[in-house]
Amino acid sequence: MTDTMMHGAPRPAPQVSKKEIDRGDKLIVGPEVQVNRYTRWARINHWITAISLILLALSGLALFHPSLYWLTGLFGGGQMTRWIHPWIGVVLFVSFAGLFIRFFRLNLPSREDAQWTARIGDVLKGNEEKLPEVGKYNAGQKFVFWAMSILIITLIVSGLGVWEEYFSGMLTIPQRRIAVLIHSMAAVAIICVWIVHVYAAFWVQGTLGAMTRGKVSGGWAWRHHRKWFRALAAYGQREKISSADKR
Amino acid sequence: MTINVNPPVAPDTQQTMGPQDYIRRSASKVPEPERKLEPVAKLIDVSKCIGCKACQSACLEWNDLREEVGVNVGVYDNPHDLTPNTFTLMRFTEWVNDETGNLEWLIRKDGCMHCADPGCLKACPAPGAIVQYSNGVVDFVHENCIGCGYCVQGCPFNIPRISKADNRAYKCTLCSDRIAVGQGPACAKACPTKAIVFGTKEEMKAHAEKRIEDLKSRGYDNAGLYDPPGVGGTHVMYVLHHADRPSLYAGLPDNPRISPVVEAWKGVTKYAGLALMGFAAAAGVVHMALSGRNRVSREDDEEARRLAAQAPAAEPQDGEPRA
Amino acid sequence: MTNSWTDIRNTDLVIIMGGNAAEAHPCGFKWVTEAKANRGAKLIVVDPRFTRSASVADYYAPIRQGTDIAFLLGVIKYCIDNDKVQWDYVRAFTNAAYIVKEGFDYKDGLFTGYDSEKRDYDRSTWDYEIGEDGYVVTDETLQNPRCVWNLLKKHVSVYTPEMVERICGTPKDKFLKVAEMISECSTPDKTMTSMYALGWTQHSKGSQNIRSMAMLQLILGNIGVRGGGMNALRGHSNIQGLTDIGLMSNLIPGYLNIPTEREVAYATYIGSRGFKPLRPNQMSYWQNYPKFFVSFMKAMWGSAATPENDFAYHFLPKLDVASYDVLRAFEMMDQGQMFGYFCQGFNPLLAFPNRGKLTRSLSKLKYLVIMDPLETETARFWENHGTHNDVDTASIQTEVYQLPSTCFAEDEGALVNSGRWLQWHWAAQNPPGDAKADTWIMAQLHLRLKKMYQEEGGKFPDPILNLTWPYANPDEPSPDELARELNGYAVADLRDPNDPTKVVLEAGKQVPNFGTLRADGSTACGCWIYSGCYTEDGNMMARRDNNDPDATGAYSNWAFSWPANRRILYNRASCDLDGKPWDPSRKLIEWNGEKWVGYDVPDIAVTANPREVGPFIMNPEGQSRLFTRGMMRDGPFPAHYEPFESPVANVVAPAIRGNPVARVFASDREEFGDAAEFPYAATSYRLTEHFHYWTKHVWVNAVLQPEFFVEISEELAAEKGIEKGGWCRVWNKRGSVHAKAVVTKRIQPLVCDGKPVHIVGIPLHWGFTGAAKNGWGPNTLTPFVGDANIETPEFKAFLVNIERSDGPATA
Repeated sequence: MTDTMMHGAPRPAPQVSKKEIDRGDKLIVGPEVQVNRYTRWARINHWITAISLILLALSGLALFHPSLYWLTGLFGGGQMTRWIHPWIGVVLFVSFAGLFIRFFRLNLPSREDAQWTARIGDVLKGNEEKLPEVGKYNAGQKFVFWAMSILIITLIVSGLGVWEEYFSGMLTIPQRRIAVLIHSMAAVAIICVWIVHVYAAFWVQGTLGAMTRGKVSGGWAWRHHRKWFRALAAYGQREKISSADKR
Repeated sequence: MTINVNPPVAPDTQQTMGPQDYIRRSASKVPEPERKLEPVAKLIDVSKCIGCKACQSACLEWNDLREEVGVNVGVYDNPHDLTPNTFTLMRFTEWVNDETGNLEWLIRKDGCMHCADPGCLKACPAPGAIVQYSNGVVDFVHENCIGCGYCVQGCPFNIPRISKADNRAYKCTLCSDRIAVGQGPACAKACPTKAIVFGTKEEMKAHAEKRIEDLKSRGYDNAGLYDPPGVGGTHVMYVLHHADRPSLYAGLPDNPRISPVVEAWKGVTKYAGLALMGFAAAAGVVHMALSGRNRVSREDDEEARRLAAQAPAAEPQDGEPRA
Repeated sequence: MTNSWTDIRNTDLVIIMGGNAAEAHPCGFKWVTEAKANRGAKLIVVDPRFTRSASVADYYAPIRQGTDIAFLLGVIKYCIDNDKVQWDYVRAFTNAAYIVKEGFDYKDGLFTGYDSEKRDYDRSTWDYEIGEDGYVVTDETLQNPRCVWNLLKKHVSVYTPEMVERICGTPKDKFLKVAEMISECSTPDKTMTSMYALGWTQHSKGSQNIRSMAMLQLILGNIGVRGGGMNALRGHSNIQGLTDIGLMSNLIPGYLNIPTEREVAYATYIGSRGFKPLRPNQMSYWQNYPKFFVSFMKAMWGSAATPENDFAYHFLPKLDVASYDVLRAFEMMDQGQMFGYFCQGFNPLLAFPNRGKLTRSLSKLKYLVIMDPLETETARFWENHGTHNDVDTASIQTEVYQLPSTCFAEDEGALVNSGRWLQWHWAAQNPPGDAKADTWIMAQLHLRLKKMYQEEGGKFPDPILNLTWPYANPDEPSPDELARELNGYAVADLRDPNDPTKVVLEAGKQVPNFGTLRADGSTACGCWIYSGCYTEDGNMMARRDNNDPDATGAYSNWAFSWPANRRILYNRASCDLDGKPWDPSRKLIEWNGEKWVGYDVPDIAVTANPREVGPFIMNPEGQSRLFTRGMMRDGPFPAHYEPFESPVANVVAPAIRGNPVARVFASDREEFGDAAEFPYAATSYRLTEHFHYWTKHVWVNAVLQPEFFVEISEELAAEKGIEKGGWCRVWNKRGSVHAKAVVTKRIQPLVCDGKPVHIVGIPLHWGFTGAAKNGWGPNTLTPFVGDANIETPEFKAFLVNIERSDGPATA
């Protein structure tokens, strides 16, 4: 299969399913092929989540290690940092819940994920041609999605447990100790996942556009999410535009 | 030995204790102090205590605390627990001695133990919110407190309380303000039976020895001093008739130490976490440098155009993937 | 107290019975702690409840409330049976050898001479046999069956350990352990101190409770010695001063008597107070009664009191009844015989029994005057406070005047503590608002009444018009002036009786002591026992020298201890017949061959030969009394009587209910309950967190003990389905209260006469004013009956029923 792909020789199109397509995904056929990957609301939702996560990381790190306590200055001091951090956490949780509802279906595992993961070396080298065709999300993205989901649930639960102002009586002190330990470990993990996520977005050229303009190029879709692209081509909505219509 | 709980105050009393005497400061470092104060201790002789709560009222009065008038819930413990306004509390336990069959009414004055190795200070993320003086006093500096409650998790004795009014942590100061001018704690001054005495830690240990001797002569073979080594010893100590079973006294921990969970949180997690995050970021930089960006090729664009040009397929009938 | 607080540290054994010193006297209790810590002293607590005192005791024994006499007579029997008697002391210093008159007897719970109609005794047989020489006949061999010792032996013979267990519910082994520990103090080198309070006084036989222990202490040789004594722990900081200064309706200052209506003539009055010695050589100090009395009259009426008019004896009221005690006063209000009432620092609506009757009585007054620093319940008795004071305000016509007064920290003066120390104190701050010192208020009342009498005349204005009022500011006598008046001064120059040319004290000078007082009108003294408190050397009460040479606990230069700065009463008894201390390590005074010397002021003439003059100088015997002749209304020996409301019948005298001579008003008898209807034995008490009904006005104290509760055993709670911290209702014929339930192991059911007795403990600090939660006091439930001798109400033993409840009705 890879051989034929490499040569771009005509070959029977792999069987694809309409289910690879998300609501709002759309092929825009013009002088350049473009693909609508994320709707406006999805992007707003994402960025609320992203900003929350960053603020949480900054405020959390401020209280995590004395050498980072200066970060409380960003929030108006220690008392404000202590006060605002859990509220941002609530925002993050609600916001991420929106993302979760939007994205979870196409982040469910699929057959090619194992193969993709097995070839993680090729992934890192950018040898996409050696990887199986993947749908809207590859296994790495799915990992980020599920890792975020699990960690955010962990963080909100453990976070509520140590939210002194409102839930101080909910847990016993030994339970709170465990909660705060879990919270800090989960926070480290989520920051690491976040680093992977952000790095991947930068590393894979053309990705950022998906969350800024909501669009990616056809080539990007073909290269990275061919199964998705094929499904779109086969069943998806499409829009024809002339060059004059180009936005 | 006479313990002078309350020596007369000279009108020109100088502050004898201040920030220069810090030996620990939360979330920050302090320079090695130029002098070392004599370690002090408050000794609470449970066997002399009559549970009169004079210490509680003295504490409220001296610290100008306004606790709420509560209700009776079937016990003498009022308030029912330590609060941001109740730094010390008599806890009453009715215990039938399993050896003698006699009822014993164990009354313990609860409050901060002023650990030599304070868990609260270890857990505190706010620089300077918790300090330890070279004489052993562990004090909260409220203007630096952020109200996170980590001290609550850090304390092996369940002492600090966070005020809902100002979101700051409160506990017994060992009357650091009185000690600073050569006085003993207000509770010790008020105690009518000298069940609470205050002095240097050495003096207090010697005093405790005599008390233990007396208790042993009265048949309390397990009488002893509670100065738990798990927290490096404490600057509030108890003489207990049943020192072999501290938990009889309203759950005084048998072997208190800073929880291993807290140690893990404030130890390995703190450093490993930072390292991990740093590593993740560094790995990205290295990867970028080694492999460059993952770019879309002209061929990819061509393929995309080609595929896009094809007519859309018919709707799959069952909506199921064909594969 | 015969001794002082500071002396308790000298003891070997403390017995707390009829009190709860750690709870009610935590500051004084420090001396118990000192004795334990430094002398290895032991502490015994005998109480129906395992109290705060018991929590630090070496031995605790339970007892049913109101049965202390049986217990103590049981201990006396134990000591006699086991020869644990300090024989030298008993023979030399008690009336053990005195022969009692033929005819005296005790049978079926009654002594000779009982009149059930009058509820009183003809006490004529309760006396000694007087010999031809005019002195009591004695038998130093103690062989005569009619000697006090043999009568005592016979009297206590019924109180075996088994009987004690039957009556008191104290398990026999525990009683025997206590008896054994006490009996060890019969040696001269071991002493026991008795610390008691209202747990003994607030019974219909309160005085006899105390007598029982006093007798035991005499048998053990513990009176007059360091670390011994009968130590009444007074409940107020100045309640000792109240009795000293004669605020009892039948007393004038210094324990002198108000005349009775049988003593219309001064000669009759003073003639019956000759107090001739009953044994040779005895001082019989009350022989000086006329000196103290006349000096008092001079202090009161000055130049209007002359030898010619019997020192204005006719100014004094003459009692037509034994006393106008508080119980009688309320009975009279209820009967419409008293229509005005002054409450000065007194909150009877919570402090006296049967609140329903009190409210009813106050409602019948024309006017009620309250002088108090606090907003008392009595001042608001007419105000409806829902279920906590459910009165019909509109139907109450009593006019109430509230005169806000100062509290102790806002004025100057002396407080007399339990140890008889007059300690001067100074104002710490100014009174708030319109509050005025009591002296100002009293002065205004006097001056305005006087003016009215001057202008309008009256039936008998003389005592008021002639009252001595020599104060610099008549509107407000200063505490200093009043203290000087109490000490006494020479009205005229005092001359040496042996050398009339010599003036021993110039007119106007302060007398140095009561020995200087004279019966001829040349001295004035407001309260003879206080004489010496404010001399020409200054205010002795303000002394603050805490030096204590050889650590005897005397602190002789700290304040002033009446009488004569004596720290331990009867201290002559600390020495044997040769005047040598029984216990040299506990020396107080001793006879050096010529006179008495030592750390304390000798309680005897300093030159009195120890072999001739007995130590109990106030008694005509010169010795102490195991048998009191006719001085107690209810018997020369104590006898066990049940409380008027008792869960069991009197085992030793089944026909007798309560104390047979205690006064009971008819309407109150109807409100007594019996065990069939009200099976539970209730008692009332104080908690350390509060002081009476005062500190509930203080926020901090309210925090420490916020809400009214009752204490019951786990067994009773289970039986009644009452939960710890839940509500219950306690009631009897007199009233009903709702309280939180403190269910505790510290109260255990007792078995008395084979029947389980459950105890209900009711603390007394709550009302309907102040910072604490509204509640009730036990006086809603307590019976309206007092001690047979002094009418202290029976607060400590009564009957109730109890059930689970949903709490007081709201709205």
